[in-house]
Amino acid sequence: MLRSRLRAPELSLEEKVRALHWPFILLVPMLAMIGYAVLYSAAGGSHEPWAWRHAVRFTAGFFVMLTIALVDIRFWFRWAYVIFAVTLVLLVAVDIAGSLSKGAQRWLNLGFFQLQPSELAKVTLVMALARFLHAARLEDIARPLYLLIPLSMIGLPAGLVLLQPDLGTAVMLITVGGGMLFLGGVRWWKFTLAGGLVAAALPVLWANLHDYQRQRVLTFLDPERDPLGAGYHIIQSKIALGSGGLFGRGFLRGTQSQLDFLPEKQTDFAFTLLAEESGFIGASLVLTLYFVVVFLAFLVGLRAQSHFGRLLALGVGLNFSLYVVINVAMITGLIPVVGVPLPLVSYGGTAMMTTLVGFGLLLSVDVHRQVRIPRYPSEL
Amino acid sequence: MYQETDRHRLFTRRALVLGAGQLGMFGLLVGRLWQLQVGEGEKYALLAEDNRVNTKLIVPARGRILDRRGRPLARNVPAYRVRVVRERTPDLGRTLRALADLVPISPRRLEEVEEQAHNLRPFVPVPIRDDLSWEEVARIAVHAPELPGILLDQALLRDYPYGPVLAHVLGYVGPVNDRELQADRDPLLSLPEFRIGKKGIEKSYDKRLRGRAGLSKVEVNALGREIRELDRDEGDPGEDLQISLDLDLQRFCFDRLAQEKAAAAAVLDVQTGAVLASVSIPSFDPRPFANGLSSAAWKELSHDPLFPLVNKCIRGQYPPGSTFKMMTALAALEKGVIDPGHEVFCSGVFTLGNARFHCWKAGGHGRLALVQGIAQSCDIYFYDVALRVGVDAIAAMARRFGLGDRLGVDLPGERPGLIPTRAWKRERLGQPWQKGETVVTGIGQGFVLATPLQLAVMTARLCNGLKMVRPWYVRPVGADGQPEEWPRIELPRDGLRAVLRGMYEVVNGARGTARRAKLPLEGIALAGKTGTSQVKRITRAERASGAHKRKDRPWEERDHALFVCFAPFDAPRYAVAVVVEHGGSGSRAAAPVARDIMTRTLEINPAGAALLAARDLPPKG
Repeated sequence: MLRSRLRAPELSLEEKVRALHWPFILLVPMLAMIGYAVLYSAAGGSHEPWAWRHAVRFTAGFFVMLTIALVDIRFWFRWAYVIFAVTLVLLVAVDIAGSLSKGAQRWLNLGFFQLQPSELAKVTLVMALARFLHAARLEDIARPLYLLIPLSMIGLPAGLVLLQPDLGTAVMLITVGGGMLFLGGVRWWKFTLAGGLVAAALPVLWANLHDYQRQRVLTFLDPERDPLGAGYHIIQSKIALGSGGLFGRGFLRGTQSQLDFLPEKQTDFAFTLLAEESGFIGASLVLTLYFVVVFLAFLVGLRAQSHFGRLLALGVGLNFSLYVVINVAMITGLIPVVGVPLPLVSYGGTAMMTTLVGFGLLLSVDVHRQVRIPRYPSEL
Repeated sequence: MYQETDRHRLFTRRALVLGAGQLGMFGLLVGRLWQLQVGEGEKYALLAEDNRVNTKLIVPARGRILDRRGRPLARNVPAYRVRVVRERTPDLGRTLRALADLVPISPRRLEEVEEQAHNLRPFVPVPIRDDLSWEEVARIAVHAPELPGILLDQALLRDYPYGPVLAHVLGYVGPVNDRELQADRDPLLSLPEFRIGKKGIEKSYDKRLRGRAGLSKVEVNALGREIRELDRDEGDPGEDLQISLDLDLQRFCFDRLAQEKAAAAAVLDVQTGAVLASVSIPSFDPRPFANGLSSAAWKELSHDPLFPLVNKCIRGQYPPGSTFKMMTALAALEKGVIDPGHEVFCSGVFTLGNARFHCWKAGGHGRLALVQGIAQSCDIYFYDVALRVGVDAIAAMARRFGLGDRLGVDLPGERPGLIPTRAWKRERLGQPWQKGETVVTGIGQGFVLATPLQLAVMTARLCNGLKMVRPWYVRPVGADGQPEEWPRIELPRDGLRAVLRGMYEVVNGARGTARRAKLPLEGIALAGKTGTSQVKRITRAERASGAHKRKDRPWEERDHALFVCFAPFDAPRYAVAVVVEHGGSGSRAAAPVARDIMTRTLEINPAGAALLAARDLPPKG
């Protein structure tokens, strides 16, 4: 009986389409269009080489998002662990390929597509943790030993990503995982304890950092110590940003970006270009748009009936806002340059795909917000 | 169910905490943007401007050098150069070969260009040749479509239209060397295309000729590629400099002396000190120096035994010989050891202890007084006078007439000559002065050395009312902006009159040594003094056989021929000094040259023309 309910969802396709969160769905292409304009400007006023492919990828990803949204939430619930396990296997594969080629390795070449499993991990970890916490009772969570399971679910991908080495993604995975545990009800003092442990582990971590990672941290603390080398990025980024002023220099008129002083302006520093050309007004408007997306994700989470759905929606929203916050904090010189792109604006396939897949799940949560999910899939 | 509600309530609470946290983070970021873009926006806008704008210096056009009538002696001419930009040609090698088919370019140069182009950033133009003719420019321009990446443009090149004629005076310009770069803070010097004055007027007035650098503000990208020009300040071109030389006279002097192997001549305005002409033979072509002379060419010039690179007018030091006799006479007259009537008997030989000193005239001159002593240039007469007055008094007199020290002419590298004194010999050679040395000093031999310009100045001071003029090419102005007033030498007038009379008799007297130097201009008298200075001691055997006067002596052993003169005698205006190295006798080799130069000087100068017009008037006194 329960099984047949899963196979034959209560909602028809038409009902699902009508139940879609249309304001959210319209907001997403707006951000992608801003990205298109930024990439068009980054190429000196040309659709090539970035803007056009950005649009193509977004269109493809947009349909993937809608497809995921229409798939029953219980399907994602059931397959969450499997998908997570596949991600872990891919991460191991990347690390092995990396050790074979004796260098940093983040991509798997699938022929038609360069897959970056660490990006994928950001979504699948949220799914897996949501499913785990969905099943967990408060008294389970209160047991420290029980917490070892979700902690290793976070630690495994984070560790594999650190091996690549990709500090930015590892930090994001740990932060999102921590956020999920927080929503799941882990006590405050445990976070304090974890924070203390991390602080104690910092010297050990420092000793194990790669030279270029240490350089980044040191350079962050004092960009002027190496203005033409490692500090160049952040100094140039601040100059470009600051020179935008209140109203900006105008579209295609950002001298720092157009004259190539700004590095990586199509990827990590895309927001710098946007801020230089559109000024404080444009930049804070775009930040507001991003926050609206996060806020809508938050509302979706709050109105979902299932604990899985709530956790999944807030996890996706947290993940998305972390992208934005880390990226903007990085280019404004608040944190070290860690290589986190601005979702939907920065050029890059995997990050966009991850974001849209996440949004797909979020929309699926919203479409199926009335669906109740049992503690274990076997009860479905 | 209780459990579920509990968990939901906790979840909601924590979701709100997390949401508030995220709102806080976004707020923080907006605040940070405000701080950077609005709070510190101006600071970053300045930094951005710094980033993007490169300031380039523009070399100003160098000032021209003009002769006294405004004719250009040094100027800038457009030079056409061809350059290649690597990124604009699909195949650099093929483009260069196609260019080499049109205009001659050596295969080695092609290799250099190709290598340079690959070492520089792809958008930097690499010079190929900068001395294209108009015809070559046209040929390249016609084939431009087949020569992608080839640029034709213009640069200014320093040009000396009269080449060797003025090479020693004007000098030349060349690339800046490290020492010059250290000594001068002007940012212009660091530009590779800037040329600095290396010699002559180009060097002494470099700062005035140089001008003020212009500025070009260029927008550049992070790689230094120029995007566009934002602002341009052309700077100030260098000042045109008028110098005292008269081009016609200079060319005449050069041509007149060009037949000699080595010679120098200078023409002075005796009232002002202006140098109207100064030539040094042999000369050189200054043009190849602008881009740096090839080392082979430099070697050839600097090893030439005739020293073509040396300006003999100010750097050639010669024994003045008999042209120095006026100094000896004036010293004795001032000291009162002789008067103009003082007589000496010349037997042809003068004995001092064991030493014998000869007169140039083997048989001797017989009895003569001062005027004839000068007119016939009797050596014995001046041996006698020199011994009476002593070397130190002669030296003091010579110095007052501009010998023995630098005159401060506005050309670099002037040499002081040498006027010996007792103290000088003790100090420099550590030996006491010998009486015999006073004897030879009296006739301008021995240690005495003077430059042709010094001899011209000496002559000028003799005839201009004893004004201590100093020679110049660019009129010196004092602190008050007025031309300098010259102090005067104090001397008994009747003695000076006798000396000048002697110089008049040299040319115009029945027995003068330079009668052939009489001017072909009626009514204008020349006065002067010959000099024939030994460069090699005459042995007893040579004197006996007369070998020292033979014309087949090796060139380097022949006497230097000198002549100094001024005109018109009764209203002196110009002085000329001529030195012909190893020319033989002053009266034969130097005096006719000086005569021709003086004639020309009088003919072509306005002051001279006025004198010529007035020559029919009855002579004064």
